[in-house]
Amino acid sequence: MRELITGAEAIARGAIHAGCDFFAGYPITPATPILLHMVRELPKLGGVAIQAEDEISSMGFCIGAAMTGRRVMTATSGPGISLYSENIGLAVMGEVPMVIVDCQRMGPATGGATTTAQGDIQFLRWGTSGGYPVIVLAPTCVRDCYTLTLRAFDLAERFRVPVFIATDKETVAASATVETQSYEEILVRERNVAPAGADFIPYHVDQLGDVPAMAHFGGPHVVRFTTSSHDERGYITKDPKAVGRLNQHLAAKIDQHVDEIAQVKLDRHEGADTLIVSYGITARSVEEAANRARQDGRQVSTLTVHSLWPVPEQAIRHALSGVRRALVVELNLGQYRREIERLASDEQEVIGVHRVDGELISPDEILGQGGLL
Amino acid sequence: MNQSELQTYLNPEMLPYPFCPGCGHGTILDNLNEALLALHLDPQKVVIVTDIGCCGLSDRFFLTNAFHGLHGRSVTYGTGIKLANPDLEVVVIMGDGGCGIGGHHLLNAARRNIGLTVLVFNNFNYGMTGGQHSITTPVGGLTSTTPYGQLERPVDVCQTVAINGASFVARATSFDKDLSQLITRAIQNDGFSLIDIWELCTSYFVPNNKFSKKALMDTMEGLDMQAGVMHEVTQPEYSRAYRAAVAKQLGEAVMEPKPLKIKYKSQLRTKLQLVIAGEAGTKIGSAGGAFCRGAVLSGLRATQRHDYPITVKSGHSVGEVILSPEEILFTGISKPDVVLALFPEGLRKVREQIEKLDEEDLLVINAGLLPVDTRARKLMIDFGKAPATLKRKEYWAIMALAELLRHERIYPLEAFQEAVSRPDEVGLKKLAAINASAGLLDPG
Repeated sequence: MRELITGAEAIARGAIHAGCDFFAGYPITPATPILLHMVRELPKLGGVAIQAEDEISSMGFCIGAAMTGRRVMTATSGPGISLYSENIGLAVMGEVPMVIVDCQRMGPATGGATTTAQGDIQFLRWGTSGGYPVIVLAPTCVRDCYTLTLRAFDLAERFRVPVFIATDKETVAASATVETQSYEEILVRERNVAPAGADFIPYHVDQLGDVPAMAHFGGPHVVRFTTSSHDERGYITKDPKAVGRLNQHLAAKIDQHVDEIAQVKLDRHEGADTLIVSYGITARSVEEAANRARQDGRQVSTLTVHSLWPVPEQAIRHALSGVRRALVVELNLGQYRREIERLASDEQEVIGVHRVDGELISPDEILGQGGLL
Repeated sequence: MNQSELQTYLNPEMLPYPFCPGCGHGTILDNLNEALLALHLDPQKVVIVTDIGCCGLSDRFFLTNAFHGLHGRSVTYGTGIKLANPDLEVVVIMGDGGCGIGGHHLLNAARRNIGLTVLVFNNFNYGMTGGQHSITTPVGGLTSTTPYGQLERPVDVCQTVAINGASFVARATSFDKDLSQLITRAIQNDGFSLIDIWELCTSYFVPNNKFSKKALMDTMEGLDMQAGVMHEVTQPEYSRAYRAAVAKQLGEAVMEPKPLKIKYKSQLRTKLQLVIAGEAGTKIGSAGGAFCRGAVLSGLRATQRHDYPITVKSGHSVGEVILSPEEILFTGISKPDVVLALFPEGLRKVREQIEKLDEEDLLVINAGLLPVDTRARKLMIDFGKAPATLKRKEYWAIMALAELLRHERIYPLEAFQEAVSRPDEVGLKKLAAINASAGLLDPG
């Protein structure tokens, strides 16, 4: 059986199957369909979904709800991410498991509400003060939208951190044909909750890289949550030892587990001198371009990056090994190319294929600009 | 914890308060403690949410749950907590500064009548950052950012929330003997409660303005903002009202897939790229969607993109449909195989696409439009011949697609008929449009 389905529907369905039971969002093209699905569907499951008064409160509601034990999600586009920024920092600081969908559209500012783009890729990583890590996943198609939403919830539970789904107007708004049995299911783990009865220290970890167990407001423990630099009991502190340890911990719990988070698809062809790197919607054009180049007798390899942040460095280095040059195809002026450039060797050439006019990059452009015709 | 044994909600390990001598904050917190004792609340069921500023230090002195968040946003965290778990008692502590930066949230929390108890620690200036003016600084007030006197009128926080849906609103001072009883009443109210508590900032507002308890009382008098309960009504509390409003949806089927079973056969062997040039309000997306479903029923893959300006009932509406026996990767159309030019706005938008058409491609053009030059085969479609009941523009795309299927045999017309069929008036009208469209296309 097949179905005709949009990315927005697939994300909403993925969230519901992941056990999402709280959603808050504010209308913005092209993320609005996700809000509409959630306000309609969640009450049927006893969940709560609400249009907040703005993007700032969407995040505020979600963070508050997560601290009572809810599985939370919000969805917006670039201008909304700008307003989410301060609360993304709060979610990082307070170690809040949450999923944030960014349906990218043309920037800067209001940009093009109904035109597609991939211009938020560095913004999502560096969009909040302090620069501490988050996780960003990028679906290439509607089927991915479903699976990566499940995975986003799983990673949010695993690492107590905001996990972004970096999608785009094209993927969420367009309809595509999907084999209904082809959706990959991912089991979303239960939240690691501190047992009742034992002592509970809200931010205690045995060692850097560990993730603290959670307790919820209304549960068996009294819980402290704070936006400020804190000790492991959640009390504000300026003690350099405690502050240093906290900030090292916020980075280490992600940085020490890059390989666990890493998700790429390497299609390596023996003898290929070119690797085409892409993510999200452009990966589809890349696949078609690579198929055509191979039919014409040119060997190319492709790398699709599903987990953009933390950068899956080992997997990218492995993919780069043995090629003379890499093409990085993206709907911005070279944001992820920066990451490939720093991982490439001095002898390797890194070439960007870009478009920022709201149109998709076609397989012809990739072949032409990549000298693969 | 057995709260009948609880002698205090304050944490002795954290006391004394770090507030400046003469500051009212500690007094208000003592009164909050008294109120919690009077209500015998389970500390695990209480969440104290604090904003930014000196009052943001308050949560740490309590043995209850605590949430210390960003400036002005405390009400949003409190709302999320209450929405998620209506059984929790949420007390929000914010200053006059938080009321300024977070005024929008305050307004909307009041409007929802969400069950928060907001205590405003109002000392007319920003104490923590060095005595800048706030939205409650009286006219003439000297602060570090109004060195020549405040010109802006102070906001009446109580009137603002009372007129917008709050169900318990009071003004008080930190000197009031009955403050704890007032806080008790505010917590007891199910819906949104706010107490605007006036007090002295002895580090800034007092020395800068020779301010005092008497001056504070005189200011209340002068601004006609007297202390007391100003507003008390019974209204449904939001988190419970939400649950009641959606209760009948509970258990309904959730996002069921609508699988399409392959029942028909298509002769299509290569990718077909189709552009439908319409205008807003002419159901291009809906017709294109049905066309795609018909293709899937015939064993094809389909994608549909939609381009439109930010306006709703004006401007172009262009659908891009790809049908293919194989999986479709790139969803854009660099050069279409077929263009349906149905409306002037859409035609303007797809001119470049039409210029790309080759001799073997097809342009179907509305006979009512100005002539278009093209290398492609050109067929006219005359909607004027449609029956009177189906003359409306919203049927044109469906009729053109049905004629395209008859003429080009992309997939069986029955599949398209099945794709639009719904047992309601809309479905029947669409079906009628498909059937009535035969002969509209001039085979040339």
